[in-house]
Amino acid sequence: MTGLLVVEQLLNGLQLGVMLFLVAAGLTLVFGIMNLVNLAHGSLYMVGAYFAVAFLGWTGSFAAAVVLALLATLAVGMLVEVVALRTLYERDHLDQVLATFGLILFFNEAVAIVWGRAALFASVPPALGGFVELLPGLRYPVYRAVIILVGLAVALLLYVVVSRTRLGMLIRAGASNRTMVAALGVNIRLLYTIVFGFGAALAGLGGLMAGPIYTVQPGMGEELLIEVLVVIVIGGIGSIRGALVGAVVVGMVDTLGRAFLKPMLATVVSPAAADSAGPALASMLIYILMAAVLYFRPQGLFPAARS
Amino acid sequence: MTSRRRALTMAVALAALAAVPLAAAALNQPFYLDLFRRIMIFAIAAVSLDIILGYGGMVSLGHAAYLGIGAYAVAIPALHGLHSAWLQWPLAMALSGLAALVIGAVSLRTSGVYFIMITLAFAQMLYYVGISIEPWGGDDGMRLPGRSRLGGPLDLGDPHVFYYVVLAILAVLLLAGERVIHARFGTVIRAVKSNEARLQAIGVASFRYKLAVFVLAGAVCGLAGALLANQTEYLTPSYMHWTRSGDIMVMVILGGMGTLAGPVLGAAAFLLLENVLSAWTVHWQAILGPLLVLVVLYARGGLWSLVPGGGARDG
Repeated sequence: MTGLLVVEQLLNGLQLGVMLFLVAAGLTLVFGIMNLVNLAHGSLYMVGAYFAVAFLGWTGSFAAAVVLALLATLAVGMLVEVVALRTLYERDHLDQVLATFGLILFFNEAVAIVWGRAALFASVPPALGGFVELLPGLRYPVYRAVIILVGLAVALLLYVVVSRTRLGMLIRAGASNRTMVAALGVNIRLLYTIVFGFGAALAGLGGLMAGPIYTVQPGMGEELLIEVLVVIVIGGIGSIRGALVGAVVVGMVDTLGRAFLKPMLATVVSPAAADSAGPALASMLIYILMAAVLYFRPQGLFPAARS
Repeated sequence: MTSRRRALTMAVALAALAAVPLAAAALNQPFYLDLFRRIMIFAIAAVSLDIILGYGGMVSLGHAAYLGIGAYAVAIPALHGLHSAWLQWPLAMALSGLAALVIGAVSLRTSGVYFIMITLAFAQMLYYVGISIEPWGGDDGMRLPGRSRLGGPLDLGDPHVFYYVVLAILAVLLLAGERVIHARFGTVIRAVKSNEARLQAIGVASFRYKLAVFVLAGAVCGLAGALLANQTEYLTPSYMHWTRSGDIMVMVILGGMGTLAGPVLGAAAFLLLENVLSAWTVHWQAILGPLLVLVVLYARGGLWSLVPGGGARDG
């Protein structure tokens, strides 16, 4: 029985991991290529979740809501890039932090104006409801299983796009030498806008899938964003492979810590002490992990090659 | 600008702050006493951040952590009946200095964007710890059993006395900051910002200096946290929330980083703006956010550079 519980929590950890990866991928790409620290990336995750809820109410179809929400988040991302972020690429990180902090304030408030401050309820689509029996005795929610599959599929797709296609080649070239790529006749500004838009859409995908599991409310993006920052610091900033490994590791450590740390502590110290120390310690685990990784490898596990 | 004119401007500003309680009494608006005390407390926090950010070039996005630790260092002893400020405030500085030592020892090994993210992550970790410790208020926070006791005639329960105590601390901080920045220690810190490699080449172990100033800034911000707990008479983990770190950083930039008076001015401008906008609409952050983007994009020197005699950074 305990074995099955561990497997179930491992799956939950993987599910959190792919969710973190969807947001981390865009953030790490934008940093690796445009050298931009975008704290407002979590806002795009939030916007994706809200769009999905709104379009679901409007069309009544989950599939249509997903497509429309992805397109809308893509558009919002590109708009933000053109209006505000484009001028920040050449600025130092401090300016980028401050300006994107301003964007977060704006997005959180804009969402509150349109949809209100209270958390919205997003339901699991009926077609993906219910459970699937993965192992004898292990029933796992279909919806979470689908999230894992979608996340892994996106990871694979991203790998193929970046390493095997012409767009991916331009992206890699733009990361290593922007001026040279522009000199060869590539419209680098357009390329940046496209990359930013797709990063936004990936974050939006994470957000719209997260809706039915977590709560949809203003500020939901930042809670995730901090964990995503831990992910890309561990994985190495600018590296997609690092983002994937970091996301899965952080997802696992966080989920397993929250599930098992308290009962494990209770076997060592008194149950009362475990009750109060367990949750505190569990919430610290991923940061301790980050500190440990940095101590041995200050550039993360997979430092991206930068010129 | 000469240090003499700078000292004069600073003296005028402090005199103006000293006159606020009189003006508030004359206008029969005790609210302003409260607001300006809050401004000065955040000014102390902003100056402490500016010492590492503006002078040392260390972009720490986790400075609110020390604010929170300082507040806890007041509230927890008070919960156990220990109300002396002479215990609580040094404890606030010692504990937040210690936290800065641990955070700095890890994060200062890195630089640039890693440093930003790591300081942010550690502060957020402390925020989550604060949320999960129920005996100390947990998510909801808790009321402070009573304000710190300085002893003698200095009763912080009297809003005027409390106001002048905060003003005195701010004045001492500005004077001490002026001395430190132009001493050898401060020169090394400013050199770290302009060219750390060269500093190391001439044989200065820069890491130790960076860590020392990081701890110093943390301890000062811890004192601001102790004052903030007294100001609100409430303890909540949200003092450590990362948006608070962002607010303090905005104050520094808005006022003008790399100066001592700038953050004070920035704290005043930020909190007054917040006060005016929030009276106007509940959605004031939808205005503040884009305003912030515009300031970053187009107004780089900060407000202090507009003040006559403010001018360039003193560094």
